[in-house]
Amino acid sequence: MKQVYLDYAATTPQSIEVAKAMKPYSGKFYGNASSLHQFGQRAHEAVEMSRQNIAKFFNCFAAEVFFTGSATEADNLAILGVIKNSKYHVVTSIIEHPAVLEPIKHLEKLGEIEATYLSVDKNGLITPEQVEKAIRPNTVLISIMYANNEIGVIQPIAEIGKTIKAVNQKIIFHTDAVQAANYLDCDVQKLGVDLLTLSGHKIYGPKGVGALYVKKGVAIEPIMFGGHQEQGLRPGTENVAAIAGLGEAIEQIKNEKRKMKNLEKLRDRLADGILKNIPKTSLNGSRDHRLPNNANISFAGVEGESILMALDQKGIAVSTGSACASGSLEPSHVLMALGLSHQQAHGSIRFSLGKYTTQEEINYTLKVLPDIIKRLRAISPLK
Amino acid sequence: MIPYSKKVLQHFNKPHNYGKMKNHDAVGEVGNLVCGDVMKLYIKVGKNAKKQEIIKDIKFETYGCLSAIASSSMLTDLVKGKTLEQAMNFDRQEIVQELGGLPAIKIHCSVLAGDALLEAIYDYLSKNKKPIPEKLAKRHQQLQKDKVSAN
Repeated sequence: MKQVYLDYAATTPQSIEVAKAMKPYSGKFYGNASSLHQFGQRAHEAVEMSRQNIAKFFNCFAAEVFFTGSATEADNLAILGVIKNSKYHVVTSIIEHPAVLEPIKHLEKLGEIEATYLSVDKNGLITPEQVEKAIRPNTVLISIMYANNEIGVIQPIAEIGKTIKAVNQKIIFHTDAVQAANYLDCDVQKLGVDLLTLSGHKIYGPKGVGALYVKKGVAIEPIMFGGHQEQGLRPGTENVAAIAGLGEAIEQIKNEKRKMKNLEKLRDRLADGILKNIPKTSLNGSRDHRLPNNANISFAGVEGESILMALDQKGIAVSTGSACASGSLEPSHVLMALGLSHQQAHGSIRFSLGKYTTQEEINYTLKVLPDIIKRLRAISPLK
Repeated sequence: MIPYSKKVLQHFNKPHNYGKMKNHDAVGEVGNLVCGDVMKLYIKVGKNAKKQEIIKDIKFETYGCLSAIASSSMLTDLVKGKTLEQAMNFDRQEIVQELGGLPAIKIHCSVLAGDALLEAIYDYLSKNKKPIPEKLAKRHQQLQKDKVSAN
């Protein structure tokens, strides 16, 4: 059976270049990067080379790049690491990834902070004015994601950054750039951010590695203890192979950016093909301020997990914002934030394309999808 | 992803007895859009050789996940031809067993299917002014209460 992977926002396949860059450190060069002998120094060099690649990508100093075990960990470090005072106020948005929302809610529950959750408009966008209005004299941290994982909507991070700093230079501005890194400018000077989160496995790199950019001078404390690694901010023996892979993945992004127009064309072909040929469908989130690889579409009268499973049996892999798929009772908090009805949110499918997606795969998807929707609608009581 | 049995996939891909029933005698509807499950069950009541009332025909319409659709389909297979008495006491565990198991978080789909059947029978009995067993009346009240709180 054909295998069509359209879930690149969940994870990406590792590129050949990345696998090649990692191989020596999974085998021959097994040293601990902290050891002084040659075994250790070989590993240390790999870690530092990767750090330099990432620093170049962020347009920052190498000493401002910290490796973590995942992007979730980097988000947690960004939030829990800068909060040390119970008088603090934090601003974030209601469409953030759980890796940002949950640590903030945790601190709120402990009574350590007050938090403001900014709403989004029907396109999924936050304005700099909204952020400005939410700032209080005791606001210390603002965390707004660069591009959303479910709907691919891009926030005006540079404008928000400027606005924040104009109000109060001291406020720490964090952005989760996990989904954005493949496609958008991650120059931290241009973005005006103090903290930025990166993931390995969303950019054709390995799983189990992430990074946090921390601007020099930002007061941040570790959330784990027991080692001097990463300047004491993230103790634990470095996952050298994964870090080498992440560095190579960043290197490859530069080569890929040229092909973005192509990817966008494929995505448009898919989205327009569905919206035109299948009645009662709608695109969720802004069309213009959107990652080139994302199409999130609601199908009226059908539940998302049943579409997902029917597509899976045709070899096509996608995601859904339906509650059934997540094991909770509530559908996607992101889709609900757009003002969608429960039915629209439960009937949503996220198609996310990537650099290995072909036109043939899109054509195949467009061929099998109408019949699946027709069949499921025939079973449904909602007409 | 959750592994599903072959039987579940078969009933999902080619469900039995689905669609609207014209000239139905009663209908049961359960679930709600908030949770993402809506089931509608139509029944036609007839009589067997012993003059007992039986489910002569049954059809379903389901908005929901794979397990909800497969559970509905299996239910219609299992209770078609049963007397109303038997159908009222139908053990919904049977749906799960006959499907070759369901993941733990999907068991509620089989419960929903069982409730849709009870609601259809309740509808039939009350429409025809027939005595309603206490157990059935109680479950009906509970389901109506759940509906109100979900909406």
